[in-house]
Amino acid sequence: MEATTNLVENENVWGGGNKPLNASYGKMMMWFFIVSDALTFSGFLVAYGFSRFKNIDSWPIADEVFFHFPFLHGVNAPMYYVALMTFILIFSSVTMVLAVDAGHKMQKNKVAVYMLLTIIGGAVFVGSQAWEWKNFIKGEYGALETKGGQILQFVSADSGERVALASFATSQPTDRAQHAADNGLWYVDEATLPTYTVAEVQEGFLANPDLLVKTEMIDASGHKIVLDRAASEAKIAQAMYVVEGANLIRNEYGNRLFADFFFFITGFHGFHVFSGVVINGIIFFNVLLGTYERRGHYEMVEKVGLYWHFVDLVWVFVFTFFYLV
Amino acid sequence: MAHKLSIFRGLVTFKSNVQKIWGVLIFLSIVTAIEVAFGIIKPAFLMTPVFGMKSLNWIFIILTIVKAYYIAWDFMHLRDEKRSFTSSIVLPLLILIPYLAFILLVEGDYIYNVMESGFVSWNF
Repeated sequence: MEATTNLVENENVWGGGNKPLNASYGKMMMWFFIVSDALTFSGFLVAYGFSRFKNIDSWPIADEVFFHFPFLHGVNAPMYYVALMTFILIFSSVTMVLAVDAGHKMQKNKVAVYMLLTIIGGAVFVGSQAWEWKNFIKGEYGALETKGGQILQFVSADSGERVALASFATSQPTDRAQHAADNGLWYVDEATLPTYTVAEVQEGFLANPDLLVKTEMIDASGHKIVLDRAASEAKIAQAMYVVEGANLIRNEYGNRLFADFFFFITGFHGFHVFSGVVINGIIFFNVLLGTYERRGHYEMVEKVGLYWHFVDLVWVFVFTFFYLV
Repeated sequence: MAHKLSIFRGLVTFKSNVQKIWGVLIFLSIVTAIEVAFGIIKPAFLMTPVFGMKSLNWIFIILTIVKAYYIAWDFMHLRDEKRSFTSSIVLPLLILIPYLAFILLVEGDYIYNVMESGFVSWNF
């Protein structure tokens, strides 16, 4: 930082040479951007909290939604994967501070190596995020939706484990085809049809006395309420849609808003990580080209570092409110 | 720039800035590990509600704020900035975010009660 001070010492105050609160112009503006971005994220997270409090007795339970771990297919491993992602992001934050620290000492090669490690960490995180989204969108078990928008999941009466639609739905002849622009009205089309029709799922359910319906509602001990067989049969008669995975309209995990907030908040955060990786990449090449060596200070690395730590900071909160609480 | 090398109010002092960074990483990792362990085990004695939320959730939120503090103070160097600069960044957030959270969460809870005790069925 001494280098920075020397550089601006001789500029006059009205030319921007003054440093209020002992922070350079660029650093201060980066901090003000971070403050406003923090308020944006808190707006999103508080809106999530609002919807969750509004539906406090039927909100999906994170452990029942996010239980995948790479190479452990079918193993119920809630939390471990996001914990790993959190650790990757915190670690890339550490390499970033180390780059800033090396920048203060004007060690060009060290800065470059640490920047590269930071970029790799960020890219791994975005990749993990994409994998998480893939699992979320694809879904594992499938569910029915009633006319009132309630999700009905299926569990085995003996074990209480979730049961996939594919393992019990029957197959009925149908000539229902996906309505695309080239086989119907040219100005309308519809989304991909679910693998099974509602009638197929209902018939398969009635043929399997071992199955029960798990509703969205949460009981006093924090578990989803499972209906008895008679109530289950009555409930699935009200089904309107087969839901597989998640999109912006409906999802197999429960309340529709849950998937919307998941896509929006983790997507917005993922976009921040992505742009952080791009900006880090630009600064990395500038380091390699010796731009900051010639400039006499590595303050640019510090500024982009502030942004990168902020992204980490936001993830800490997203992690808490989506996966823990 | 002169780095302040003590954390936990001077309880732990590091020899260099690089050592402090690794020290903070270890601390953040321990806190994350505690959170994950609580999230998996979900101890029954922490399920009692305190101020409208499970005490476990309060623990999660407090640990998150602790992590946020060390990220901002040590990774983002707020510890080394002038006090006035730090305050101008942190105070607006400390005032506005709890305010917004308080108002919207109370409102969300109110709407929940209206929907629950009203005469309209939402579960059909």
